[in-house]
Amino acid sequence: MTCTEFLSMLDDVIDQSIAAETRAEIEVHLRKCGHCEVVLDTTRKTIEIYRCHEIYEFPTEVSERLHTVIMDRCKKAK
Amino acid sequence: MFYRLTPNRSRPVQYPAFLHPNFMSTIQPVAGQNEQHPDVALVERVRAGDLAAYDTLVRKYERQLFRIAQHITQNREDAEDVMQDAFLKAYEKLDQFQGNSKFYTWLVRIAVNESLMRLRKRRTGKMVSIDEDIATEEGSVPRDFADWAPNPEQNYNQSELSEILKKTIQGLPQGFRVVFVLRDVDGLSTEEAAEALGLSVPAVKSRLLRARLQLRERLTRYFKKKASAVSQANSAPKGNEPQANGPMGNGPRANEPRESEPSVNEPKGNGPLGAEPGGDGADA
Repeated sequence: MTCTEFLSMLDDVIDQSIAAETRAEIEVHLRKCGHCEVVLDTTRKTIEIYRCHEIYEFPTEVSERLHTVIMDRCKKAK
Repeated sequence: MFYRLTPNRSRPVQYPAFLHPNFMSTIQPVAGQNEQHPDVALVERVRAGDLAAYDTLVRKYERQLFRIAQHITQNREDAEDVMQDAFLKAYEKLDQFQGNSKFYTWLVRIAVNESLMRLRKRRTGKMVSIDEDIATEEGSVPRDFADWAPNPEQNYNQSELSEILKKTIQGLPQGFRVVFVLRDVDGLSTEEAAEALGLSVPAVKSRLLRARLQLRERLTRYFKKKASAVSQANSAPKGNEPQANGPMGNGPRANEPRESEPSVNEPKGNGPLGAEPGGDGADA
């Protein structure tokens, strides 16, 4: 397996949607290729850091204010 | 677990897709084939005139919709307006919801369209599409192979980290950013994201890969730099600082031993790919 082939499957590797046979080939490639291993690791971390960190705050008071407006508008639209 | 991160309070439990063997969606646990999704019953109640049921749906999805609108419009006031308008429109057009897709996917599609309309207004009528600015080759091939520090987020306080993450994702083309948010932050499947955005599945896959790689590349600049600064500040002359040695000449090989740096996110004994793939974790 080449680095280009690995890269083309990167999303499938991350999303765990690869066949067992391909998975074994990828494991072999990763043991030999430090660069691809880093790309895989840091891409996974990138996703996790965005999943776990809310970058746009949505405070309760804002939520309540907007919620009230939405429900009022829906009532009127009835 | 390979990170200590600030908990995202919008979701009670955080399982990264690649750590959760049964991951499918953090938004809507997938019901069995013959099981009805709980939203369907709520929608039916709303159709029968029960506004309280709609209140439940709004509470369930308002944060996600706000986040999506904020990512597209990149403006807080616009995001608030989009969220309100999207929920109102969904309520008014509820009869048009056929139930072929999840209610949330249908709702996201409305919010995406409202967000694009808002952008159009801001740009005085200029057409705005989800395909904007995607003709970039930047980041489609990894260039920086330097590994990150074990816990790079610990080198920043919360507001610094927030700014980095915000600035980084805001730099992505809109068409990549929204795909990344729907797939990786909101947890929609590829098919759901495609439906919500009116794109083909291959288009979503292609954009997701490029979005992930571009974000990775950009975050590497921050996390590598900071790790390097910390290392210099400690400045113990260890004589084993990593030297450029890869084909691109800019970083250590990942599998070289590093001082006090454990191999990250690699469950021991499981190989570099981590856990065995879950039977229903795929969305391909």
